[in-house]
Amino acid sequence: MTDAKPCFDEMLVGGDRARQPYEAYFRWFQQENIKDLRRKSTQAEEFFRRIGITFNVYGQDEADERLIPFDIVPRIIGGREWAALERGIEQRVRALNAFLHDIYHRQEILRAGRVPREIIARNAAYLPEMIGVNPPGGVYTHIVGTDLVRTGENEFYVLEDNARTPSGVSYMLENRETMLQMFPELFAKLKVRPVGNYPQMLRRSLAACAPPDPGNPKPCIAVLTPGIHNSAYFEHSFLADQMGVELVESTDLRIEDGRVAMRTTEGFKPVDVIYRRIDDDYLDPLTFNPESLLGVPGIMDVYRAGRITIANAPGTGISDDKALYSYMPEIVEFYTGERAILKNVPTWRCSEPDALAHVLENLKDLVVKEVHGSGGYGMLVGPAASRKELASFAAKLRARPGNYIAQPTLALSTVPVLTKAGLAPRHVDLRPYVLVSPDRVEMAPGGLTRVALRKGSLVVNSSQGGGTKDTWVLGD
Amino acid sequence: MMLGKTAGGLFWMFRYLERAENTARLLEAGWRIALTAADDEGENEWESVITTAGIKPGYEARHDSYDAENVIDYLLRDQGNPSSVMSCIAAARSNGRLVRTALSSEVWEATNETWMVLKKALARPVSERQLHETLMLVRNRSSMVRGALHGTMLRNDIFSFSHIGTYVERADNTARILDVKYYVLLPSMAHVGGSIDNVQWDVILRSVSAARSYRWLNGGEMSPLSIADFLILDLRMPRSLAFCQLKIGESLARLEQNYGQRHPCHDLARRNAERLEEVTIEMIFDEGVHEFLRACITDNATLAGQIQVDYRFNE
Repeated sequence: MTDAKPCFDEMLVGGDRARQPYEAYFRWFQQENIKDLRRKSTQAEEFFRRIGITFNVYGQDEADERLIPFDIVPRIIGGREWAALERGIEQRVRALNAFLHDIYHRQEILRAGRVPREIIARNAAYLPEMIGVNPPGGVYTHIVGTDLVRTGENEFYVLEDNARTPSGVSYMLENRETMLQMFPELFAKLKVRPVGNYPQMLRRSLAACAPPDPGNPKPCIAVLTPGIHNSAYFEHSFLADQMGVELVESTDLRIEDGRVAMRTTEGFKPVDVIYRRIDDDYLDPLTFNPESLLGVPGIMDVYRAGRITIANAPGTGISDDKALYSYMPEIVEFYTGERAILKNVPTWRCSEPDALAHVLENLKDLVVKEVHGSGGYGMLVGPAASRKELASFAAKLRARPGNYIAQPTLALSTVPVLTKAGLAPRHVDLRPYVLVSPDRVEMAPGGLTRVALRKGSLVVNSSQGGGTKDTWVLGD
Repeated sequence: MMLGKTAGGLFWMFRYLERAENTARLLEAGWRIALTAADDEGENEWESVITTAGIKPGYEARHDSYDAENVIDYLLRDQGNPSSVMSCIAAARSNGRLVRTALSSEVWEATNETWMVLKKALARPVSERQLHETLMLVRNRSSMVRGALHGTMLRNDIFSFSHIGTYVERADNTARILDVKYYVLLPSMAHVGGSIDNVQWDVILRSVSAARSYRWLNGGEMSPLSIADFLILDLRMPRSLAFCQLKIGESLARLEQNYGQRHPCHDLARRNAERLEEVTIEMIFDEGVHEFLRACITDNATLAGQIQVDYRFNE
């Protein structure tokens, strides 16, 4: 999808003057030689290949292990800008947790009529098995990856909440590692807030959510991965390694004496916290998908008995529903009593006849998404679609309106990337990683910046040709 | 303590790395003798290399003749051959990914880089002219992984399982080489005494990278009995059966001490070691070299199987 209208560039004003957070960087950049910098890009790629930070693309046998392209121009966020974002994200994440607790308990928000019952009832991600269950520490969304986009100096929108199993944090960490190695002089010049302690924060946060056990001051944590063929396996092993905890597959686990236990060289040892990177459906074949080879039979019984923490809690996936997303301003207000600090993108729910009519009439200007879709698959980007594509999508919309929502195409901000010809603006988004434990909500400053590398493109997903940048939050 | 799966992954990762090196070494030895032999004997030598590697049925299903080009390709690159250098390196890396959290970043990166470098070097068939250089590369790369292991890894159970994998594979390899070639060491053959025998002896020593060290220790004298003694019983020789058993025993003892738990595999290892401690090379020859080596190979495999059970490698 391409755009003609001018959009907000986060580095340059009028094409040659740097915005305040970028001033020092831009001065440095102007004294550098483009050719040398391009060489650094190649070095970065070699670095990524050697450490094996690759991902697998589903449905592409040949490209078994691919690298996500990395751009060496950092995305810089001022300290005050970040502080405002942080407040907004924390508010939203707290509201999400309260919402999840509510819909699995008294359902006050449904009784109050602020969110329609169908949104819950019709949603496959809503797990009746979780009704009345109290997750240890009361936490549902231990790790959230709130996707943000920017359209102006003070204009930020939340695009998605990603409360299921947000991925990509290993890129945030390895991007920084790479930048530190390649441009030490910049880090000496600018006060960039570090992100390297994220794995320790994650470990502390997960430990704080362990089932209460006074006799066990050091809970045993494990990362649960579907295995080495999963597209995010690198990240699973990376996080386990950095936290210093075991990386397990479901075949390493079984239930013993009412606990989840892992098979070790010294017998079965109980596990207290599972950071799972598999979907709800694959958690427990006894409870959910009997066909699944991935799950741990009986784990849900242990969970209901409060003897294991599963992060994120089963049933949190409902908050990734795009129809539910449209109710987030109400949800924030309902549980926090405050207005939402971060804006929602205006959303038409095609299940509503008026909205559907509006969407069909303006299809060529809108982005249409599947309510349960993710990763940029199955969506229509109106301005980039051909007449034929528009017509066939309109037919799909009429057939199953409840399956879709539509949003205006936002003029996403740009940050320059390095090309052969020098700097060139490209659209970006931002995914901060938020950790929730009973006593606090915290996040690493910044997060992962994804960038659409094709000129004019607005699709930043790595599965669709997006790349990443290091994200700097300044300590001013 | 570690996951049983991780212990198994380490064991196999280092078995495969060792096997990649052994395949390369075998290829190098075979190539040298094929170069120096008369035409028809060259083919025989290639066949014996394939036999030694224990992959004869697979090879014959693939190729009709034992010419250099086919054998080199089968041993270096063929993905259908689980013992080819490329297959072994890919399997080692795959196990390395599985146990990534147990490896230092140096060991992992050395393994991953080895895979990348060899994938490139072995992307196309390797001609005889490039063979030496390619084999050097394999050897250098595996030395890097081993160096990273020794230089950066904690001496805990991770190290023990890695070591056990290495030495189980190495013992198996040395025993197989000797078993395929033992007849040239038999006294009844020795009196034939021609230069061919010397070449065959040399090939055995080269297959285990021991030609020079053997000469150093024996002042240039070569005798079948002392070659066999060197490769079976000499504890100074890092690829001898006795040395491998010693190292497996040490690693198992360390696990026993770490975990405070003795398993059936400890008794098996003890028995395997005793057999090598109590014999002389003369006794082995009297009782039959072939029978002795077969027993070593079988017991080594039994021990490996017992270790997998005792430390819960699998479900």
